[in-house]
Amino acid sequence: MELDDLTRYSGEWLRGVGPESDIVISSRIRLARNLADYPFISRASDQDRVHILNDLHESIQDIAQNEEILCVNVEDLGGVDRQFLVERQLISRELAESRGARSVTIGRAENFSLMVNEEDHVRIQVMQSGLDLDTAWERINRIDDQIEQHVTYAFDETLGYLTACPTNVGTGMRVSVMLHLPALVMTRHIEKVFRSLHKISLAVRGLYGEGSQAMGDFYQISNQVTLGRAEEDIIKQVCDVVPVIIGYERQARDFLVREKQENLHDRVARAYGILRNAQTISSEETMHLLSSVRMGINLGLIEDLKIPVINELFIHTQPAHLQKLSGTELDTTDRNIERARYLRTHLSSQGPRESEKN
Amino acid sequence: MKCQKCDKPATCHITELTNGTPQELHLCEDHARQYLTAGAEETVAGKGMAAAMAQHMAQQMAQQMAVGQTAEELEKLDQQACPVCGITFYEFRSQGRLGCPNDYLCFQSQLEPLILNIHGESQHAGKSPKGNPGTSHQRTQLIRLRREMKEAVAREEYEKASELRDRIRAIEEDAAP
Repeated sequence: MELDDLTRYSGEWLRGVGPESDIVISSRIRLARNLADYPFISRASDQDRVHILNDLHESIQDIAQNEEILCVNVEDLGGVDRQFLVERQLISRELAESRGARSVTIGRAENFSLMVNEEDHVRIQVMQSGLDLDTAWERINRIDDQIEQHVTYAFDETLGYLTACPTNVGTGMRVSVMLHLPALVMTRHIEKVFRSLHKISLAVRGLYGEGSQAMGDFYQISNQVTLGRAEEDIIKQVCDVVPVIIGYERQARDFLVREKQENLHDRVARAYGILRNAQTISSEETMHLLSSVRMGINLGLIEDLKIPVINELFIHTQPAHLQKLSGTELDTTDRNIERARYLRTHLSSQGPRESEKN
Repeated sequence: MKCQKCDKPATCHITELTNGTPQELHLCEDHARQYLTAGAEETVAGKGMAAAMAQHMAQQMAQQMAVGQTAEELEKLDQQACPVCGITFYEFRSQGRLGCPNDYLCFQSQLEPLILNIHGESQHAGKSPKGNPGTSHQRTQLIRLRREMKEAVAREEYEKASELRDRIRAIEEDAAP
């Protein structure tokens, strides 16, 4: 399996299946772990980083016995390839942009990734399409146990798993659910939802995590508290709140359909029209318009398009993906032209290309 | 040093970690309090945990000032270093990242209120490693010994370095999982 193979697929979290998948894009859990006998990354020498990678080699081999994996040395990658992995949410921007020995191991179906030498020595993440945190937890818990058979984690009876940042100490677990909430944004109720989430100490982030803009009306809801609660309780807290937000989004969609039918239909149709005809288009505008089209499909206003095709376009029109797909490095101007061309091809009225995976 | 907002002496030194680049602020007590309480809720909501943590630490500092700890005492606290990895509390405060597992022990008194503020709890309730966590103290020593060996090599004290190397090997073999 090679890195370039990934371009032909769209990855687990964009399959567009699973419970509530019209609104819930994906469920994701990550665990932060550190090896007991090395300093945390901020104090690790080049040699320490190499040793950490070596010590984890056996654990990774163990995982490879159960499924096909791709292990990538991030330091050897070019800028476009690193950005490509960030866009696919397989690595963090931190891992892409830092220096020194570091790696990522990716499962064939892109439903798990394991970063070594990120903020912590080990960052495991598991993704599932739709709302399915229980499967994600069952899986990541097993992978964590598997890794631990070969290494000793930094662990304290009182504080749990010790992490480089005290915000992750305890379970080292971040549970997040990515939601598509265009109607709550349109009806300006989204801020209210956020405020109530913060009150129960849940965090809201954009598509690409901390500090990123809420591009395409995608929001990730996740736990902030990692200490003093069992993993299952943390998962339950997120699981309990997601249906409530889904309910609000559906109410907002109903309201738009009932009270603003023409405006809504107009907005969706115009978005679709621009995407099918533009000659040059920015990434931001693309995300914004695709979001309207996605909601239009879910509300039955567009009938000749399927959700997985749109999900894939959200990713394939990102800068590094466009460059990988066209096989050349492109500057911003050329990317905007290539993006428009790509969208016209894949949204043409002759009917969309079936996703190559199907 | 004068406060950046008035002529009083600057007694609070705040490092802001938002937007990735650390920004140093030197303020008098009144301006520090004003700065830290303004829009506190929004900052926590909008900028994620790292910023929230930095902010909390600054708040904690301001509180300590209020209960009469002098700038010198705080400075001393800041200079306190972990014997294992060598990081000072000031370095942690400005980067938001700890240097090694032993820091949780070494900076316990400073970290406890911070952790309680972030999580509302101080006792782990989740899963534990199935292996033998009993050796973790020994393993922390490895971090210190490796650092001392590196320093010995840098000072060209090769005899000491080779002695340290042997001790490291002994622990590594002893603790192999």
